[in-house]
Amino acid sequence: MFACQGYCVGREMDGILALAAENLISPIILFFALGFAAAFARSELSVPEAIAKGMSLYLLLAIGFKGGVSVADHGVDATLVLSLVAGVILSFALPFVAFALLRVLTGLSIVDAAAVAAHYGSISIVTFVAATSVLTSAGMESEGYMVAVAAAMEAPAILSALWLVARAGGGVGTRDSSMGGGLLREILLNGSIVLLIGAFAIGAVTGQEGLTEIEAFIVAPFKGVLCLFLLDMGLVAGRGLRESRGLLRPGLFAFGILMPLAGAGFGLLAGLMLGLSTGGVVLMMTLSASASYIAVPAAMRVALPEAKPAIYLTLALGITFPFNLTLGIPIYMAVARAVTGS
Amino acid sequence: MQTHKAKRVEITIEAVMERRLTEALDDAGVAGYTVLPVLGGSGRSGKWSREGQVSRASGMVNVVCIVRPERLAPLLDAALGILDRHIGVVNVTDCDVLRAERF
Repeated sequence: MFACQGYCVGREMDGILALAAENLISPIILFFALGFAAAFARSELSVPEAIAKGMSLYLLLAIGFKGGVSVADHGVDATLVLSLVAGVILSFALPFVAFALLRVLTGLSIVDAAAVAAHYGSISIVTFVAATSVLTSAGMESEGYMVAVAAAMEAPAILSALWLVARAGGGVGTRDSSMGGGLLREILLNGSIVLLIGAFAIGAVTGQEGLTEIEAFIVAPFKGVLCLFLLDMGLVAGRGLRESRGLLRPGLFAFGILMPLAGAGFGLLAGLMLGLSTGGVVLMMTLSASASYIAVPAAMRVALPEAKPAIYLTLALGITFPFNLTLGIPIYMAVARAVTGS
Repeated sequence: MQTHKAKRVEITIEAVMERRLTEALDDAGVAGYTVLPVLGGSGRSGKWSREGQVSRASGMVNVVCIVRPERLAPLLDAALGILDRHIGVVNVTDCDVLRAERF
């Protein structure tokens, strides 16, 4: 029996390593690595700001639309609603886990720890897009409505972080009601969320017919655009890490790796309880493991200006994002496959 | 040529606070201002650059207003109400304008 356990664990490890190796030599990861290396080498390579914004709009539109089409194909069921609820609960709860872990592993102040925690309760849509791309390459199906779950998980974590600071008696920008109302509106009507949900709704309404009409635009070029976008993300992450590496104490570095694994564990539990497909479980794990670097940093600058952006941006973008992209997603896939037995 | 004394207020503020600042200026009766993008810089909070920003969290903008001297105090009150705990620089200089009725 022990021999079998050792054999099975060894085989599982082989599976994870094979998946990780396969993932590491995929174009999207290699382009990310190119950007990362170029930034570290202080290359002048850069992607113009307007092009990067255009690509991000394209990716949100494509992923949202395809998710909507998938829902149109498979119909709406109770699991969709429960998945949305689970996503919101995870986003509310994960900042508390992150906050506790930060207080144990690092000497961050309450405000800094809460700001970092907010990032880890929220999600990274680019990590989600990369995970869907890896799933597609592996021939694994997932629930199309996970796009809506991603959108639902963007904001609640911010409220948890503000509560953590308020509980500790710290200053929170939302005490000013006009700023609080404005902040909430900005979070909920964040351009990324509006486009993602809007494209999702259009995809759900128009279905396969709509997809056929714009397939040449949103399906075939998708991976190429993702490669270019990840090249830019590599440049941004590399520059951020190069400039802020002095901040990265071992405890913070450990948090940047451990928290996504812990988050993925909660995502796994939620996915299994919801009865999601293996691909859906992988996406729920990825969403729970990822950290925001678009919506939450802006919200934190407004609500918690005392928190140091160099800490939360470096952790989310310089440590956790590359980790999830290279090793995290293959690990989540291997674990989900092992647990669901597919 | 006839010129008139005025105050030029330049506010460098985080991009995420731009809308709040311009709304506060509107509320304070400052109808004229210009918002300029800022490429990058360095200050007490470290370096920042417009290049390679995935969010508006680290970007800065410049808001420039020219007002009559008597309207300076309400403008500064409005600006400070927004700046308060945020990164930013406010500087005031004397200037001359050609058409006083526009300020």
